[in-house]
Amino acid sequence: MRISLAITFTVGALLIALFFIPNYQAQAVNAKILEWATIVYAFALILGSISLWNTHWRKVKTQREGWPYSVVTMTALVIVTGLGVWQGVGEGSLVSRIYNMVNSPLASTMFALLAFFIASAAFRAFRARNVEATLLLVTAVLMMIGRVSIGEFIWKGFPGFTEWLLDVPNLAAKRAIAIGVGLGAVSTALKIILGIERSYLGRSR
Amino acid sequence: MSVMSRILAIDRRMIFLFIGLGTAVPLLWPVNLPITVTPRVEAAYQTIEALPEGSTVLIAMDFEPDTMAELLPMSIAVLRHCFRKNLKVIAITLYPAGPGLVEPALRIAATAEHKERNKDYTFLGYKSGFQTVMIGFGESIRQQYPVDFYQTPLDSIPIMKGVDSYAHIDLVINLTASSAADYWIQFAASRFHKALILGTTAVMATDYYPYLSSRQVLGLVGGMKGAAEYEKRMDLFGDARRGMDAQSLVHVIIALLVVLGNAALFVTTRKAP
Repeated sequence: MRISLAITFTVGALLIALFFIPNYQAQAVNAKILEWATIVYAFALILGSISLWNTHWRKVKTQREGWPYSVVTMTALVIVTGLGVWQGVGEGSLVSRIYNMVNSPLASTMFALLAFFIASAAFRAFRARNVEATLLLVTAVLMMIGRVSIGEFIWKGFPGFTEWLLDVPNLAAKRAIAIGVGLGAVSTALKIILGIERSYLGRSR
Repeated sequence: MSVMSRILAIDRRMIFLFIGLGTAVPLLWPVNLPITVTPRVEAAYQTIEALPEGSTVLIAMDFEPDTMAELLPMSIAVLRHCFRKNLKVIAITLYPAGPGLVEPALRIAATAEHKERNKDYTFLGYKSGFQTVMIGFGESIRQQYPVDFYQTPLDSIPIMKGVDSYAHIDLVINLTASSAADYWIQFAASRFHKALILGTTAVMATDYYPYLSSRQVLGLVGGMKGAAEYEKRMDLFGDARRGMDAQSLVHVIIALLVVLGNAALFVTTRKAP
């Protein structure tokens, strides 16, 4: 535990310092650490693939509900990875064709379906039951109409009004949230570097 | 059962039908509804317009097929603008499924503006690690991408001659559906002081408004509407403008459904003892 905390402190403090030191030697160290980060990313990808395999393998082994889908996932993982390693992923490769003919339309379809579900959910959920809900409802309807071309067709001032809503009340709230999130991130980072926050190390025995 | 109660209990398949028709009809028969170019899109357009001919632009297209309806027409419009201005375009993607979209976007825009790969633009491909690549570009692009997407060494690509870091790039454009934009702001704009334009999905756009007033972002193209405004500014009638007709009608249908649902709820609760 102490060694892990010492590594976290040293690397965290070093990287913060390197961010503010323009000296070329300091930046060379920074670049080297970034190269290490790329290697860590690659290992994370391998770890993720193994974890995905294990999760689905357990599901198939115990024949849990929906296990045939796990077989599809595992087959796709093996085939696409194998083809990518064997043939590459460039233009005209089999991976590129699988991507364009299978992955791309499937991903687009999934997202396109959202429009239908959002419409149905909006009809059922947007109900003026109290003041707050009414405020949300009115703003949502105004934004929905004002932010599309038909808004301007209905009333010339609609786009300008929605722009004001976005630029004044919305921007004020966004700034407040951004400052809050920024301060929160700094405080969490400091807590990790100083060893106050240790949950990332896992449960201590 | 009264009419109002029937409205409240409407079968969701009916709603799906309305939405399906609302999307399909304007796509089949475009109305070409009016579009006003907002100041944020105008600022993005003017930033590119102000670049002298031959300037180098780095375009990071960090999105995947789920958001291509919004970001692909935007990418094509922005790329066409860069090509019309005879800017040198270096395209990259930090998303593994990105190359499948970036390639056709570059091809469509380059064909339309009669531009050639390696002479007028290059595609470096996908690289993992947002921050690593963005900070790495401050040191050397060749360290991050020794070869382009087609395995050509960067030194053999004519437009890459003399271009090896942010110092040789005049403008960074990030078209994204994710937090990649936050990192481009942190590193390209704030740390390396590069001019930055963002193109995002509609739901993300308002998150980046504060950066416009702080001038960390010089222009923002938000969602399909932003893309349609850009197309209008470019005098094009592309997929974004076609899509805006459908989006307009669907928004009206949803707004009507919401109003109708609330009216029905109001009447039925008043009638109830």
